[in-house]
Amino acid sequence: MTSRPNLTLVVKRSEGTAADGTFHGPLPSLVADPVMEVKTLSFSYGKKKALEGVSFPLAKNKITAIIGPSGCGKSTLLRTMNRIFDLYPAQKTQGEILFEGQNILASKTDTAWLRKRVGMVFQKPTPFPMSIFDNVAYGLKLYEKLSARDLAARVEKALRDAALWDEVKDALRASGQSLSGGQQQRLCIARALAVEPDILLLDEPTSALDPIATAKIEKLVEDLKHKYTIAIVTHNLQQAARLSDYVAFLYMGKLIEFDAAWKLFESPAEPQTRDYIAGRFG
Amino acid sequence: MTFHYTRRVWTNHFFTCFALLSAAIGLGLLLLILYQVFVEGLGALSLDIFTKTTPSPGSSGGLINAIVGSLMMSGLAMLFSIPLGIMGGVYLAEYDRGGKIGETVRFLNDILLSAPSICFGMFAYEIVVLPTHGFSGYAGALALSFIAIPVILRTTEDMLTLVPDQLREAAAALGAPPSHIIFTICLSSARHGIVTGLLLAFARIVGETAPLLFTALNNQFWNVNMTGPTPNLPVTIYQLAMSPYADWHRLAWAGAMIITLAVLSINIVTRFFSDRADRRDFIS
Repeated sequence: MTSRPNLTLVVKRSEGTAADGTFHGPLPSLVADPVMEVKTLSFSYGKKKALEGVSFPLAKNKITAIIGPSGCGKSTLLRTMNRIFDLYPAQKTQGEILFEGQNILASKTDTAWLRKRVGMVFQKPTPFPMSIFDNVAYGLKLYEKLSARDLAARVEKALRDAALWDEVKDALRASGQSLSGGQQQRLCIARALAVEPDILLLDEPTSALDPIATAKIEKLVEDLKHKYTIAIVTHNLQQAARLSDYVAFLYMGKLIEFDAAWKLFESPAEPQTRDYIAGRFG
Repeated sequence: MTFHYTRRVWTNHFFTCFALLSAAIGLGLLLLILYQVFVEGLGALSLDIFTKTTPSPGSSGGLINAIVGSLMMSGLAMLFSIPLGIMGGVYLAEYDRGGKIGETVRFLNDILLSAPSICFGMFAYEIVVLPTHGFSGYAGALALSFIAIPVILRTTEDMLTLVPDQLREAAAALGAPPSHIIFTICLSSARHGIVTGLLLAFARIVGETAPLLFTALNNQFWNVNMTGPTPNLPVTIYQLAMSPYADWHRLAWAGAMIITLAVLSINIVTRFFSDRADRRDFIS
């Protein structure tokens, strides 16, 4: 929880101005108790720069939305936070992401440890080709040696936390791929929750779902913030406004504005943010 | 109607007829071969074929030694080829996508896929038969596995490439190490396609003659000891068909029908597996 009330969270331009005069967004001090801090992060795929000098904090037990037009780098940003980009060669980062006092971008970081602490849910539901039970147990089995009974209890807890238990409790042996799209996505959330992470990264988790399934996931995400710190990438501004406590607006790889959600949506400081929110581009 | 338009209509008719005719000739020839094999083969079929060994001149006999020998050599070749082919496919699809070594291996594998099968027989002759001073079933199995490995490797790679990266990412996002992801997610997603590849490879080698000519040779007696010349169906058919005796010719037809039936049924089973590979297992 931040100790400061939201009302005082006003971005001062001078606070985020680096020595070379470029604006890197607000300093993390705006959020009293950040779980993770992105600091002057740059990212490139081969020769193409995708992110440049991005800085912002993730506030504990809050939902931080990352918004911006297609190709602005919002998914890329999320993908640096658990180093999932490591899977592909020729991708490079500069800057720091601090988590538990450690720069996770350092090569010595144990990515298995990082990914246990920082879970991720993707745009398309990705149930593994196995039963619902095994899907949820998949991550759990990597880290803990549990008795069959404890394992079942943990799987049930994760499914309850993901608001899926009542729908699947009689079909735990059925294939995860037999569920509907919305159920599959909640299964993926359960799978991420089962390993008990601190942070949950959601990469456009509802963009492949119908409105009813989307509403369920949104409700779930709101409930989850009491236990987890959440970062959500979305291209849906209404969704960002409904869900988030903080918003980071990205445009062409740069962080244009970071602020409390109400502030950013009601009176954005930057003209580009204003234009984007008003639907003039993106 | 203008002349210009009528000409198009007629051109269209012409090409449709031409395509139909080509298809009819291709399919007709295949049906003719199957018809001939089945008519002659069914006429020659008897219980003896599955109980007696190949005959010596002037006597009657069956094909059981050749059938068992063929199954043993093809089976051994598959035992050898499956791990190598699958692991090679895994390397290409999972560890070295677009890398230089991968490109080279893929290129060489494509050459092996289309190399004349007699080359594999000569190679196995050179590296096994000559040093051991004798024809053997092991040499035959080795020659057959040279044909099976590239088929298995290629289908495994292709099927793994079809597994969406999102699944790999999702598993990696839980902290799973690459080898764990490959075994639990990728191979299991691609299993129907990979099994299809294995069956096709088996169907391919079970009817091969050339690689066995200088390796397993042939044997008219019952022999399950693969250190010596090993009986096998394709070479037996060849020898029986070349003989001057009418009843041996009939035996050759029966053998040809047995192989054809085996390959045909493997292909039908394969269809079933590949249908399932198309339909599910991959998120769309």
